[in-house]
Amino acid sequence: MKTKHPMTITEKILAAHSGKKAVVPGELIDVRIDLALANDITAPLAIQAFREIGAEKVFNRNRVVLVPDHFTPAKDIPSAEQCKLLREFAKAQRLAHYFEVGQCGIEHVLLPEKGLVLPGEAVIGADSHTCTYGGLGAFSTGVGSTDLGAAMATGRLWLKVPESIKLIYHGKLNPWVSGKDLILATIGDIGVDGALYQAMEFCGETIRKLPMSGRFTMANMAIEAGGKNGIIEPDEITLKFLKPRAKRPYKIYRSDQNAHYANAREYDVSKLHPQVALPHIPSNVKDVRECGKIEIDQVVIGSCTNGHLDDLRVAGRILKGKKIAPSLRLIIIPATQEIYWQALKEGLFEIFLSAGAAISTPTCGPCLGGYMGVLAAGERALATTNRNFRGRMGHVESEVFLSGPAVAAASAIKGRICHPEEVVRK
Amino acid sequence: MKLEGKVWKFGADVDTDAIIPARYLNQSDPKELAKHAMEDECPGFSTEVKEGDILLAEKNFGCGSSREHAPLALKAAGISCIIAKSFARIFFRNSFNLGLPLLESPEASEAIKDGDRVQVDLNTGEIFDLTQNRKFSATPIPPFMQELLRDGGLIPHLRKKRKQSTKKT
Ligand code: SF4
Repeated sequence: MKTKHPMTITEKILAAHSGKKAVVPGELIDVRIDLALANDITAPLAIQAFREIGAEKVFNRNRVVLVPDHFTPAKDIPSAEQCKLLREFAKAQRLAHYFEVGQCGIEHVLLPEKGLVLPGEAVIGADSHTCTYGGLGAFSTGVGSTDLGAAMATGRLWLKVPESIKLIYHGKLNPWVSGKDLILATIGDIGVDGALYQAMEFCGETIRKLPMSGRFTMANMAIEAGGKNGIIEPDEITLKFLKPRAKRPYKIYRSDQNAHYANAREYDVSKLHPQVALPHIPSNVKDVRECGKIEIDQVVIGSCTNGHLDDLRVAGRILKGKKIAPSLRLIIIPATQEIYWQALKEGLFEIFLSAGAAISTPTCGPCLGGYMGVLAAGERALATTNRNFRGRMGHVESEVFLSGPAVAAASAIKGRICHPEEVVRK
Repeated sequence: MKLEGKVWKFGADVDTDAIIPARYLNQSDPKELAKHAMEDECPGFSTEVKEGDILLAEKNFGCGSSREHAPLALKAAGISCIIAKSFARIFFRNSFNLGLPLLESPEASEAIKDGDRVQVDLNTGEIFDLTQNRKFSATPIPPFMQELLRDGGLIPHLRKKRKQSTKKT
């Protein structure tokens, strides 16, 4: 059917969730939410907001998800108190999806893995990286605790329909180049507010070949360009990922050919090399070969951006049979319990341990300077995380560099930031 | 609604880790958070800021995480309003939800100096720099968000609406 109002995938999902035939950018709409998420930092305030509204029951006990992942296993007494709040609320509300330490993981890797977010859905989370689920063709965006508390009560949220921008990637990826390098290069190009309030739609033949892990990584960092959401149209790769996971029906939306975009940018990625974001902003991006000699004290491989099984496999290929530089700490954090198990079964832990790495239980931990690898003054870390703001990983005089898992693993061996080719041939 | 206070001026892309570092997020008490507001960016801020003071910044203020602790810490520290060239999206929502008004004005962001005394009219979006005797205008606050501010934030707003709907039924 030819539509009179051509729409982007984002607009279609928002229209469907606000009971409208069509929506246009700038329109304020009242959106029906499929899933609302909060973590151990944001849920306590959301629960407080929920109570202050005078609500007694969540809108749907199957669609409110609480994941204590930031400071867990509880790093100190105040964190333990926050987690207790979540646990008691989950119990009182009989939430179907509350994840306790031992079954838990970083929310944005955990939810897709458990089949709790699906294509065509509208998902909000009190966490800015909620935009990750755009990787499988959902509209998802981060909100604050008050919005989330209100949504837990009502199942609804007011939103402004974002303009969409189209980011098109052509060409075959070079060895060791991944979704992380694509998104870092993009943020380097458009800046940390290059997509402010906008929907970032990633497409092109490079994206069609990208594994789900890389797609999640790209959508995950849409917020680092100021985006409201990142989104990728579902395809065969998405369906294969969903097959063993999805437990309820879902709908696939695609952008109309003549849909309107505020902007479009094309990238030829065939000449792209691994990228690194230098302190103290994610847009300060350079080709790894142009970084010069940067010695590092710590490497972290993990987070909702790059704690996927694929990321650990890449690290494993590079670290196999090698030792990390004696001057450096390598901390590896599988994003979820399932990934942890699988990495163990595949023999990755043996590679990591022999190389001299420390392996942690799933947690956000050092990504936000929480614990499990906080930096001292003057220290420098290379991390596969998503933010390198001043003081993000610890002391305000420490520095964080961002990269994909290949550069991170190779740099751990060299003790300085380097191209993976310096360490291993593909 | 009119506000008046001394201006604290900051630069571009001030992120939520700078507004309230994550190391303080193991609790959510506004008074505790206020003690650490801006501490890495501007040591001493929380002890010197006075009730009603105004924060001024360049582009993309509040980028980064969704933590509502950021506007909460600023509000609890005494900040009555933030003026910037532009704001990050989640920070923008969170602030209005908490009843903390934000104004977008590129001219004001450039011309107003640290320490100036400034008066703000939230109804008209007019910004008056009393020190320099200059006037600026900001993008008017959308009616829905003005309503949020009048009610004191999203929670009191929803509570009011709940009351109204139970009265009707
Ligand atoms: S891993 Fe880092 S960025 Fe991701 S949810 Fe946790 S703290 Fe946030």
